[in-house]
Amino acid sequence: MLKRISALILAGVTALTMAGCSGGGDGDSSASGGSAGGGDDKIVMGFSQVGAESGWRTANTKSVQESAKEAGIDLKFSDAQQKQENQIKAIRSYIQQKVDVIAFSPVVESGWDTVLKEAQNAKIPVILTDRAVDSKDTSLYKTFLGSDFVEEGKKAGQWLVDEYKDSKDTVNIVELQGTTGSAPANDRKAGFSEIISADPKFKVIASQSGDFTRAKGKEVMEAFLKSNPKIDVLYAHNDDMGLGAIEAIEGAGKVPGKDIKIITVDAVHDGMQALADGKINYIVECSPLLGPQLMDLAKKVVKGEQVPPRVVTEETTFTQEQAKEALPNRKY
Amino acid sequence: MTRFLRHRLFWPVAILVALLALNLVFTDNFFRVQMKDGHLYGSLIDIVRFGAPLILVSLGMTLVIATSGIDLSVGSVVAIAGALACLRISDLDDQNSIGGVLAAVGIALALSVALGVWNGLLVAGIGIQPIIATLILMVAGRGLAQLITDGQITTVNSSPYKLIGGGYWLTLPFSIIIVAVVLALTAFLTRRLALGLLIESVGGNAEASRLSGISARGVLITVYTFCALCAGIAGLMISSNVSSADGNNAGLWIELDAILAVVIGGTSLAGGRFSLGGTVLGALIIQTLTTTIYSIGVPPETTLLFKALVVTIVCLLQSPAFREKVFHRRRRPQSPSPVTEEKVRVSA
Repeated sequence: MLKRISALILAGVTALTMAGCSGGGDGDSSASGGSAGGGDDKIVMGFSQVGAESGWRTANTKSVQESAKEAGIDLKFSDAQQKQENQIKAIRSYIQQKVDVIAFSPVVESGWDTVLKEAQNAKIPVILTDRAVDSKDTSLYKTFLGSDFVEEGKKAGQWLVDEYKDSKDTVNIVELQGTTGSAPANDRKAGFSEIISADPKFKVIASQSGDFTRAKGKEVMEAFLKSNPKIDVLYAHNDDMGLGAIEAIEGAGKVPGKDIKIITVDAVHDGMQALADGKINYIVECSPLLGPQLMDLAKKVVKGEQVPPRVVTEETTFTQEQAKEALPNRKY
Repeated sequence: MTRFLRHRLFWPVAILVALLALNLVFTDNFFRVQMKDGHLYGSLIDIVRFGAPLILVSLGMTLVIATSGIDLSVGSVVAIAGALACLRISDLDDQNSIGGVLAAVGIALALSVALGVWNGLLVAGIGIQPIIATLILMVAGRGLAQLITDGQITTVNSSPYKLIGGGYWLTLPFSIIIVAVVLALTAFLTRRLALGLLIESVGGNAEASRLSGISARGVLITVYTFCALCAGIAGLMISSNVSSADGNNAGLWIELDAILAVVIGGTSLAGGRFSLGGTVLGALIIQTLTTTIYSIGVPPETTLLFKALVVTIVCLLQSPAFREKVFHRRRRPQSPSPVTEEKVRVSA
């Protein structure tokens, strides 16, 4: 009896979990079949996406799909729904279909050696996008296309240095870090402090993790505002924490963007809106629109041309004026 | 003095006072409460304001734990309620229309209640162990919340909705007023009416309660429904506070904080006895700890360690056996049976 009940529960949990998950992504987890690598000289690319967990990711998917169409590349797309085994399955099926090039955003960093070796043996070049793998054998993939988080931190720091270049007074900075230990949080912090440490007038008086979320960003900023009477600048590792902090600053009777200058990273839609409204002063873009660059690289590696092992996504920065101009055409 | 020391809420209060005293030393102006834009403003206000959702979830959790159950799904219910309310409001033509916001809030709370009934039916109707029964919704619920928000952060711009978690009424944070009302209602229902006794009875021994004529099934379904309703209100507060719903992160791990708050407050996980006052204190201790970490500037890398240390000390002080060993070693012969054999006894 007990056994039967526990089996029932297990079945229930599995069914529910699957129902919950399959809502997240729209694509099926296995790559769609078809006569890949046929007689025509159209390049066939197999692309395995992480999932559809955020607006950023959705924009990333769209960019890849649209630029493939523009570049005349036949794209086989699959959504891994945050699971490495789905991604490995997809890559294996691309190998069987003998596609010309495989591109994917790894769900996790480790455990790719075997399947990448299989691709190498089948002489199919692999391009990593957006996220890296920790494999020691860098010959397993041709290139890694993605953002440079340290560079993003440096850009944020550089704006601050330029903004205060005529001032001699101490500049009190508070920092909202991303999830403790994550690569974007570590690197954006390191890049930023590398630039501002050149001038002793810049002081980071408080730095805490806001977990990349609005709610935490607001909560931490409330505490900062109370324990530090004089804050000149807020540096948030993503737009969402900055947006939460803006609410906290307004609640304290101060004007975000004026009394406290705000720098964030990402440039998602809500962040750009706040920038255009004058509540944020500067946003460093972390762009998901790497499709055109990816197609370019794909064409080169298929032809057998040499490509650099690390390609940084073309990214820009936005001031308030630029945000007003760019906002109507933003894709995400 | 001894009676004071032996009061069941003595240790939670002592710990809360100690944490606040820590801030007195390390943070300037921690205790200053000002009037700003017609409402109260200060660190102490922040603690109750950000602690409000946790207090609510913990209240519901207290009653569930008193029946010797547990509800792991509260975090998911928080996410679902916030997501659904924000989705409905973002679809409104006029996001500031009070009727529309009330309807959205009503639908979100109705769904929370339905989810609570589902939990209750699994536990009481089918007899699945509570930790497993609510695990189903914990896992699936977050998927549901993401399905509602389409995996995105849904932003709303509605001042009536903003009131719930981020607004003020009569200079007080509105969320605290909601908590006070729910607390008063719960205290009345459980301490003035027989419901509390029934809950404790079911938690002590469900079979014996049933044999003595108590509808254990009805009591269980009621407490799980109440717990989910509390989580739903907390979800509205959390999403309203930042005017957006985040299906991935809203209420993440709040179930663990709530269980901790309940235990710090002196309610036994074995069921059969509960303390609403203790739970409120427990939740305030957790929020004060969080705010303290931000105020005195504990580096983020060591935050978890700091929290763990404080929680360990709290739990040790709460344990009668530990206190007996450390504080009363020499006085043992005088104190008659300080630790009773009763399983429900945690705080002496």
